[in-house]
This record gives sequence, structure tokens and C-alpha cells, in this order.
Amino acid sequence: MSNTVEKKRPEYRNIHVTQILKYRLPLAGKLSILHRVSGALLFLALPVVLLPLFDKSITSELTFLEMQSIVSNPLVKLVLLALIWSYLHHFAAGIRYLVLDMHMGTEKYAAQKSAGIVFAISLSLTALFGLKLFGAF
Amino acid sequence: MASNIGSKRLVVGAHYGLKEWVAQRITAVIMAVYTIGLFLAVLFTPDLDYAKWVGFFNFTVLSFPLGKILALLAFLSLSYHAYIGIRDIWMDYVKPTGIRLTLQVLTALWLLGAAGYAADILWRV
Repeated sequence: MSNTVEKKRPEYRNIHVTQILKYRLPLAGKLSILHRVSGALLFLALPVVLLPLFDKSITSELTFLEMQSIVSNPLVKLVLLALIWSYLHHFAAGIRYLVLDMHMGTEKYAAQKSAGIVFAISLSLTALFGLKLFGAF
Repeated sequence: MASNIGSKRLVVGAHYGLKEWVAQRITAVIMAVYTIGLFLAVLFTPDLDYAKWVGFFNFTVLSFPLGKILALLAFLSLSYHAYIGIRDIWMDYVKPTGIRLTLQVLTALWLLGAAGYAADILWRV
């Protein structure tokens, strides 16, 4: 019997940082890591972007106008768009987790489908808020 | 005799982390309800200006500062929720105890600072 040379198959235990891009995560896996990334972004932005803007928006009529002129800067708008996406993704994915916690939709197909729904909702709402932010309507 | 004392002590099991797990979900629901309410208020307020915007946060009911208290509860929920979430990130990726503890303490300080800042903003108006 001829013994064919065994080809070494890739073996994944813990995914190392260098493997992240090669490793094909299922949609629910992408949703999960983005849930973490979006949460971290919001955490970092809270005292340096969100609270200062909130501060200006409610302190006085004058600072309200200052806030409006800061937000009219396109670079600030881009930062806010990233945070809007973070919020919407974190929110929609979080609702999905609450539903999963109630043992609903835990089967493979249903979980994949609900992940798709989360992306559809969060991305289309981000587009809608983005268009509003950049003054399309 | 119990066989789970000393070096055989079971350090995983029921209740470890359950409080945080429940707290993260309760705080999430509080924030979701608050932000949806605020969003609807903004959506259905025509010609939103400074006076109407500040009114969402400093309205009172029978001289009780309800607007501020509701916003504060949402901010406190946010701080606790974020503390648990960021702590989970450190626990997953940072293994050396000293660095992990340092990062967790800094996270708590960052969030306590944010909550204090939010309270200060609210009680100035």
C-alpha cells in the first residue's frame, strides 16, 4: 500500500491576532466581535467627545450654538458617524443577545439569520442618520 | 467530609459572575428605554431649539427634578454596564494579574469620572 504524504491541515485553537484576517468567522461571530469593538469605542469616546458635546448643548444658549458650530465640521461629523454606527450596532446586537438569553433563536440557522437582520437594521439606520448628519435632508 | 476545601477548592461554579451578568442586562434595558424615549421626544418636537432641548433634562414634576434624575439613572447604568463590559475585555485578553488589575482600576476611575462629569453637567442647568 502506498502511503500518501499527509498534508498538514491548519489547526486553530485560540485565534492569534495574526490569524484574524485569514480566519473566516460566521456572521454571528463578526457581529460578536463588532459588538465588543463598538462598546470599546463608545467607552473611550464618552468623556472626550460625547460628554463635552452634551455639556455644551445644555449649559446655555451660547454654548448650544458653539456645539452646533463644532458639529458642523466634517471631521467631527465623521467621528460622530462612527459613534452613531457603534451605538446602533451595539444596541441591535444587544437586543439579539437578550432574545438569545431567553433561549429563542439559538439554532444554527436561526442564529445566522438574526445576525443578518441585526446587520441590515444597524447599517441601514446608520446610513439614514448619516444622510441626516451630512444634511442630505 | 467535604472534599472541596484547601487546594481542592472549587473556584468555578454557580453564582460566579451571575450578579454582573444580570446587572449588565438590566442596565442595558434601562439605557435602551431612556434613549428610545429621548429619541422619540426629539423626533416629535418641531423646531427643536436650545430651550426645548434643555427642557428634556431639567423638567420637574411637582418640583421634583425628574428630568435630571432620569438622565442620571441612565448615566449611572451606562457606567456600570461599561465597567462590566470593559472588565470582560481585560479578563479575556490581559493575563498578567498586575497589568489586568491596573487596567481595571483605570477603567473604574475613567467611568466614575465620566459619571461625575455627567452629574455636574445636569445639575448646572
